[in-house]
Amino acid sequence: MADYKGVLVCGEAIEGKLAGITAEMLGGGRKLADKLGEGLAVVLLGSGVKALAQEAIAFGADKVYVVDDPVLKDYQTDAYIMAMENVVNQVAPRVLLLGQTSMGRDLAPRFAFRLKTAVSMDCTELDIDPQSKLLIQTRPVYGGNARAVFTTESLPQMATIRAKAMSPLQRDDSRKGDIVDVPSGVDASKIKAKFVQKVKEEVAGVKLEEAPAVVSGGRGMGGPDGFKQLEALARSLKGAVGATRPAIDNGWVPSSVQVGLTGKIVAPEVYIAIALSGSSQHMAGCSGSKTIIAINKDPEANIFREARFGIVADWKQALPAFTQKVQELLK
Amino acid sequence: MELIVCVKQVPDPEAPPASFKVDTATNKVVPPPGVPPVISTFDETAVEAALRMKDAKGGKITVISLGNNLVRDVVKKPLAMGADQLILLEDPVYENSDSWSTAYALSMAIKKIGNFDIIFCGRQAADWDAGQVGLGIAEFLGIPSVTLAKKVESIDGKVRVERVVPDGFEVIESPTPCLITVTNELGEPRYAPLKGIMKAAKIQPIIWKPQDIGVDPSQIGASGRRTKLVKLFQPVKEGKCEIIEGENAADAAVKLAVRLREAKVL
Ligand SMILES: Cc1cc2nc3c(=O)[nH]c(=O)nc-3n(C[C@H](O)[C@H](O)[C@H](O)COP(=O)(O)OP(=O)(O)OC[C@H]3O[C@@H](n4cnc5c(N)ncnc54)[C@H](O)[C@@H]3O)c2cc1C
Ligand SMILES: Nc1ncnc2c1ncn2[C@@H]1O[C@H](COP(=O)(O)O)[C@@H](O)[C@H]1O
Repeated sequence: MADYKGVLVCGEAIEGKLAGITAEMLGGGRKLADKLGEGLAVVLLGSGVKALAQEAIAFGADKVYVVDDPVLKDYQTDAYIMAMENVVNQVAPRVLLLGQTSMGRDLAPRFAFRLKTAVSMDCTELDIDPQSKLLIQTRPVYGGNARAVFTTESLPQMATIRAKAMSPLQRDDSRKGDIVDVPSGVDASKIKAKFVQKVKEEVAGVKLEEAPAVVSGGRGMGGPDGFKQLEALARSLKGAVGATRPAIDNGWVPSSVQVGLTGKIVAPEVYIAIALSGSSQHMAGCSGSKTIIAINKDPEANIFREARFGIVADWKQALPAFTQKVQELLK
Repeated sequence: MELIVCVKQVPDPEAPPASFKVDTATNKVVPPPGVPPVISTFDETAVEAALRMKDAKGGKITVISLGNNLVRDVVKKPLAMGADQLILLEDPVYENSDSWSTAYALSMAIKKIGNFDIIFCGRQAADWDAGQVGLGIAEFLGIPSVTLAKKVESIDGKVRVERVVPDGFEVIESPTPCLITVTNELGEPRYAPLKGIMKAAKIQPIIWKPQDIGVDPSQIGASGRRTKLVKLFQPVKEGKCEIIEGENAADAAVKLAVRLREAKVL
């Protein structure tokens, strides 16, 4: 164990900026590193990512490893694993954190198997055991019905972190840190599964993950027309529309608006859940909301165990009046 | 094409949350009485992906499941949907496996099968929600992997995958053999027709014991675990919903809006 030290965060950039999840991991990672009395480093992989190194320091990193190589422009499993192997061999971190993102979901398990260690996916809480110095990894399991706490003896101890589970530090541009360039070490001939192109399917309006209010509909909406009415309410709240999986599987709304364990994680000020039962898998994506409001015709629906305010009603009768009153009150 | 699908039997994830119980003394989930287990949701989608590939290119689908006390009617569902053969890695030793020991044993069974073009897995099993075993199998076998597929096609000897990302999808191309994990965006799994159910009833699953697949006993089940489960518990819910009443639905809705304004939620 002696050779492995410190916490390493695998950072991500989105459209030329440090991803929110990376700042969150730096916030969480800082606490772990301080408890261990060791350093916090971040690795930035990609093409043209060096510019973000200073930002990572401002969010809490002591050291930034930059792997800037055109071969890493788009995420490709084989290339990123080779680059990460190179970095981890050099840094030998005690704890390695990745985001539970489309990259982290793909990279972390395969990389853990490569290193013959283990990873706990989608953690919502991490701590350090003061005696053993082991990483205590807490994650929701069984669709959010239970929480499991894991430890691992093999090193590095790896975890992926759920979005919005940790708080970023206040950005401090006066913070100082080291920036180290690391060659990617990628042998392009070993990239087997290749990225060809990306097709964007963005929904217009406020971004779901950033919306201050989210209005979500479920199976009980009965079809796409119901969602049109949700859009009107969302617009009045300057928010966005979300949905449960059945609404997506039925083709009523695009898959990009799914909220939940296998959809987006949102934590708005207001979450209005309409004609959805509040399954644990759905709540996994919205339980961090400040206030949850439910409209459901079934008084026994689980959503009433999750919500702060609610009415037992058929949405068809309740929604028009609710939207109108909200618009009136917000005028 | 030779296609393999890995499916896991899990407690029904759609059972009402109120029926979910944990035995904190043993750190185990107590299956709700009267609710039969199911094939994990995304694994059924993985079967669908394999069936679509077989519909397009022909070939054979082998389904593998690892566990203990596998309910035959449950694990035979992929056969009823149209898969050709079922291999069960069934043994008490597999109780308390983790991602590592499961992926290892499955990869050893796949080595024994030998020849294959594509392995399909679910994006994550509906019990532990890990999303690791597929990638672990690929790593043990040293083959490329593509995750979160919503469309899988075989074009000019290559596999072309549409991989779901938050703002759309990526197109990834991989040579075969490869491993693909699928997500629900692929579409609804087909129903098992009566004819299929009857066909499945006649197919005997092939059972491979640990010694049949040449596993190192120290690497399977609980002994092969890389993770230690320290604690399993149910989070406490405060559950203090304020239900707003009214003369009718519209009236309740108006009162709700007023109450939200009063509580400064709006
Ligand atoms: C591994 C796994 C991952 C999953 N990931 C997700 C995920 O990310 N997101 C997700 O949402 N789901 C996910 N699911 C699915 C999840 O388990 C549930 O099936 C789903 O969330 C249920 O959606 P629902 O609440 O819309 O439908 P239902 O549970 O069918 O609820 C419909 C509700 O609408 C109410 N209703 C019906 N008509 C009306 C009306 N006219 N007025 C008012 N109320 C009405 C009913 O009373 C009922 O409560 C996942 C499942 C698994 C197994
Ligand atoms: N015991 C098992 N038997 C067969 N396949 C499995 C088993 N466990 C996991 N898998 C496969 O691996 C996928 C991911 O599982 P997990 O990593 O446990 O979330 C599942 O969707 C299955 O396709």
